[in-house]
Amino acid sequence: MTLLVLGAVGAMVFVLPFVGLLVRAPWSALPELLTDDIAADALRLSLISSLASTAVAAILGLPLAWVLARVEFPGRGLARGLVLLPLVLPPVVGGTALLFALGRRGLVGEPLADVTGLVLPFSTLGVIVATTFVSMPFLVITVEGALRNLDGRHEDAAETLGASPWRVLWRVTLPMIRPSIVAGLALTWARALGEFGATITFAGNLQDRTQTLPLAIFVGLESDRDAAIAMSLVMIAIALIVIMALRRRWWQEL
Amino acid sequence: MGASHGLDARVVVRRDGFDLDVLVTAPAGVTTALVGPNGAGKSTVIDALAGLVPLVGGHVRLGDRLLADPVAGIDVPPADRSIGVVFQDGLLFGHLSVLDNVGFGPRSRGASRAAAGATAREWLDRLGASTLASRLPGELSGGQTQRVALARALAAHPDLLLLDEPLASVDVTGRAALRRTIADHLEGFDGPRILVTHDPTEAFLLADLVHVIEDGRLTQVGTPDEIRLHPRTRYAADLAGINLLKGNATGGLVDVDGHDVHIADTAVTGQVLLAIHPTAIALHEQHPAGSPRNTWSTTIARVEDLGERVRVLLAEPLPLTVEVTRGAVDALGLEPGRPVWPAIKATEIRVTPNEPG
Repeated sequence: MTLLVLGAVGAMVFVLPFVGLLVRAPWSALPELLTDDIAADALRLSLISSLASTAVAAILGLPLAWVLARVEFPGRGLARGLVLLPLVLPPVVGGTALLFALGRRGLVGEPLADVTGLVLPFSTLGVIVATTFVSMPFLVITVEGALRNLDGRHEDAAETLGASPWRVLWRVTLPMIRPSIVAGLALTWARALGEFGATITFAGNLQDRTQTLPLAIFVGLESDRDAAIAMSLVMIAIALIVIMALRRRWWQEL
Repeated sequence: MGASHGLDARVVVRRDGFDLDVLVTAPAGVTTALVGPNGAGKSTVIDALAGLVPLVGGHVRLGDRLLADPVAGIDVPPADRSIGVVFQDGLLFGHLSVLDNVGFGPRSRGASRAAAGATAREWLDRLGASTLASRLPGELSGGQTQRVALARALAAHPDLLLLDEPLASVDVTGRAALRRTIADHLEGFDGPRILVTHDPTEAFLLADLVHVIEDGRLTQVGTPDEIRLHPRTRYAADLAGINLLKGNATGGLVDVDGHDVHIADTAVTGQVLLAIHPTAIALHEQHPAGSPRNTWSTTIARVEDLGERVRVLLAEPLPLTVEVTRGAVDALGLEPGRPVWPAIKATEIRVTPNEPG
């Protein structure tokens, strides 16, 4: 009985905030609110930056996961820990770290700006860097885990059939861990979409350039509550879709 | 016999404290069985020949190609060995259709999609599995899986064919048909073929030569008949269904763990192996009259139904297997725990000197 009560209270912790939001939602004004300049810019920017960082995560994160799972090297345990760091760290700390590494006066940022003229802070590129930093670990740990649990015998079989290492990777290894790759990419994308702390710290909050949806919501709470609620509803809808998709593809296969 | 294309290997592998050192010679056009108890290292031999497990010593030579020689620093990767393997559970690629699985080898060696597909169809046809072409491996039975696995291995045109317990994961009903299919295709494959099994019937039905491997060592090599008639170890004797006892002979009497067994040959002395065929042992209700030299009192430990015949296992002091007719079982009321008097004529006991090594 006690457990039931505690469980119910636990459920309320999750449910109540959404109820509050839904009750206050300006349903009839939603179309206007979401097509408003600020909201539309934020939505567009969020889609671009989250998709771009998912792409970067795929290009860099998949090889990283493979190296961490398959290549033995000294300090591998440490490297695995470092990959987990952005997951545990407050994003604002991540953003600060990025600022000192890639900012205009940063360790890498200064020579980068001198040579290429590329300045990451206050640019959309900076948003992508920040969201990638925060979200890529989801892909890396999901795929690395899948690779480590993969029964290598199928890869052995492919080799005996004359397959080159690349062919084994593309035709056997990756297809076999496809559910994990899909799940990792979905989680990465969802995390990138929701990114707030690192983005605002590293890339700032400029409409049309670095103001993503979460940032616009935060600002909206001060200036235009209805718009903030409308944009929040969009985020909730996206989150629900991701969860539904993952339930089918990933949770059942685990 | 085309010995120039045969396999000549000494497989020395050490892993997880397991120490394997086995000579494997397999002429072309001949099926060589590797038999042995579970954990003897048979599958490791297969993996080492295929290049999936590194040798720490010895060599692998296939025809005039030296594939592995750790001392000389030679270790040809599995993809370049041209050794086809039919793995224990088939190891088909679950995300590819049966056709693409079989076409995987040709495709890997540079065949176009169409050509690989044609080759795959041809092999599926030969193995009577063409109706499965568009299925996914997850939809196949154990027997179908192994057929496709065999087609996949053969479609890559290997120089050596390795089969690792191909019937182990197939249910009893499908086994006979699959065994016949395998036998037919082994006949048609002109390179050496090596079959790993722990099932004696499989070895004796499919193989021309048998290597017995126990605890990482080769304990006997011979034709199935040689091993059946002159088993060198307890395992080899069990393989052939023959009772094998180790003992010390002096003047026609053999001491087997403190129990005396009479043999016909009075000249042999020292360590011997006694081979007693299960049908050469008679069972009686009471001390038998007449002159069987070997008879004693014991009980029945287990009764196994083989259909028309029944296999009876005796309890201490001599744990022998006796094969009797169903009629005898009914007449004597043979069941576990029942006291019996086994009798063996001394002339029915085959004696082989068991020199160590």
